[in-house]
Amino acid sequence: MKFAFYPGCVSRGACPELFDSTIAVCEKLGIELDYKSMESASCTGSGILQEKNLKLGDTLNARNFALAEKSGLPLLTICSTCQGVMSQANARLLADKEYLNEINQELKTEGLEYKGTIDPKHLLWVLVEDIGIDKLKSLIVQKLEGLKLAPFYGCYIVRPSAALKFQENPRRSTSLEEIIEAVGATVVDFPGKTQCCGFPILMINQKNAVNMVANHTSTAKNEGADAMVTPCPLCHLNLDAYQPEASKTKNEPINLPIIHLPQLLGLAMGIAPEKMKLNKHIISTKTMLSEIGVSP
Amino acid sequence: MGTNKESLLMNVNLKVKRFDPEDPESQTLWQEYKIDVHQDSTVLDALIHVREHEDTSLALRCACRASICGSCGMKVNGSAKLVCKTRVTEVSPNGEQIVVEPMGNHPVVKDLVVSLDTFFDQIKRVEPYVQPDHVPEKGEYIASNESMENLLTSMNCIMCGCCVSDCTVLEVDDNFIGPAALAKAWRFVEDPRDSKTSDRLKNLNDQDGGIWDCTRCMQCVEVCPKGVDPMDRIMELRESAINSGLTNSFGARHANSVNKSIKHSGRIDEFRLPIESKGYFNIKEILGLLLPGLRMLIKKRSPSPIHHKNPNQSKVKNIFKNFEDNK
Repeated sequence: MKFAFYPGCVSRGACPELFDSTIAVCEKLGIELDYKSMESASCTGSGILQEKNLKLGDTLNARNFALAEKSGLPLLTICSTCQGVMSQANARLLADKEYLNEINQELKTEGLEYKGTIDPKHLLWVLVEDIGIDKLKSLIVQKLEGLKLAPFYGCYIVRPSAALKFQENPRRSTSLEEIIEAVGATVVDFPGKTQCCGFPILMINQKNAVNMVANHTSTAKNEGADAMVTPCPLCHLNLDAYQPEASKTKNEPINLPIIHLPQLLGLAMGIAPEKMKLNKHIISTKTMLSEIGVSP
Repeated sequence: MGTNKESLLMNVNLKVKRFDPEDPESQTLWQEYKIDVHQDSTVLDALIHVREHEDTSLALRCACRASICGSCGMKVNGSAKLVCKTRVTEVSPNGEQIVVEPMGNHPVVKDLVVSLDTFFDQIKRVEPYVQPDHVPEKGEYIASNESMENLLTSMNCIMCGCCVSDCTVLEVDDNFIGPAALAKAWRFVEDPRDSKTSDRLKNLNDQDGGIWDCTRCMQCVEVCPKGVDPMDRIMELRESAINSGLTNSFGARHANSVNKSIKHSGRIDEFRLPIESKGYFNIKEILGLLLPGLRMLIKKRSPSPIHHKNPNQSKVKNIFKNFEDNK
């Protein structure tokens, strides 16, 4: 299975552990990642550029889709925010031919045209819908039995559900739980799993952003979670890097490790924690690792 | 033609949150009802059945039963919905238990009935009426069809409060003006007859809990039963605020910084984005970034101050330039 790989900005910036664990896990899964076709792709705009100019954001995404189309490969991302922004842009582009034509005029000078055939897919969905849970289970060398994990989807990979095609692909709403169970861990359900982590307003209203971190991490912890797993590097940044500030609002340490989806798979597939940079997290993963008998 | 009435019935298992203001212990009370209703029933039909046949003390509010009046907003399986518009089979396709609670972020009066007082306080904050700069000497104000058609999304709002119920910001900050009020504000900012556009934008931009406090989580878009899509209206307000020169806010600086870095390199510059959002000379705020930054640095995962460009970045830059030239 070969994909045009769109890693997003954050996995090549503040979350290098996501990038490294993805490479290691995809190797095991037999997913071939083609870097070349998307190397000149730009940021999706992250929903932030869209605050300033929606059409410009759609043009950049159409350009990225055109690059993927040129490669003839399906488009894979490992960032929920990229997934959401791309799916929303794609829905607008495909809903209005005139709009797509206007945007294609902008791409003409580069010799590009978006024909409308791309369906961007997050690794989470590829695992459940294309690789399959059975194949995933066959690659597990260490069941993570006894580990209690709270899923944290965040916003962009669940809303708006129409643009993300949840009706056509109903397993998308439970994909993270399916993976947690497949690796032998126990799901800790909590109401915040599809709510906002607060990252988009971290630089705008830190108090609110940190309170969201505090609510989600402490609720999951109180429900018995040993760690939280997320498919979104931006959620990871906020839930992990700002958890010390969140602990202050609760007047007690929360200490809930936040792990990326590929790190979870990697642990079950026997990939060394240091290869996946599990020692680089702000909230230590040591206790969680010793729980499953892995030396950090 | 004969119909077997019995065969059209279906079993419904409801779990309903109860609250009696005179009994503080009822805060955590849930009650279950197992009833038979017609298979085309809405959740409202099922609740009314409970009130009429099982438990006359259950308080709920409804009026039109046709998703026009906006009275019957409730949380069904965790999401705000108009229960008159929600079929039982839609939320319980295989006979699963249906959990019904009062809407969130609104004070509960009794059981499933909430007070909309805080909701209307939010709406009042945006002065929700047209403020023209003159009174026509005779006749009425005329606005073109085209200019009013644009407002239809927001004008569809029936004030049900569903968007406010599920707003993730209001859960942590009751000073946030909220999605419904902002969608309403957008309607007057865009109204060709209104003369207060710049005042309105400035007010929404400057106030605590204004346009920049929305997290873009899209809960309001997901739950709005009338297609108002409040978050999309908030995004348009942000765009209008920046375009009208209101750029001295954390939010506008954040958006401008992202714009600048994608134009320059094709990627977000994670090193400069926090600093530029705070403002280079905002020493107090920049000092606040030091501790989290230091923690990242110790773990050797701090973004590099050297920001590399993507290959072929000149092509992306040209797209930005074309947009700037055609503004």
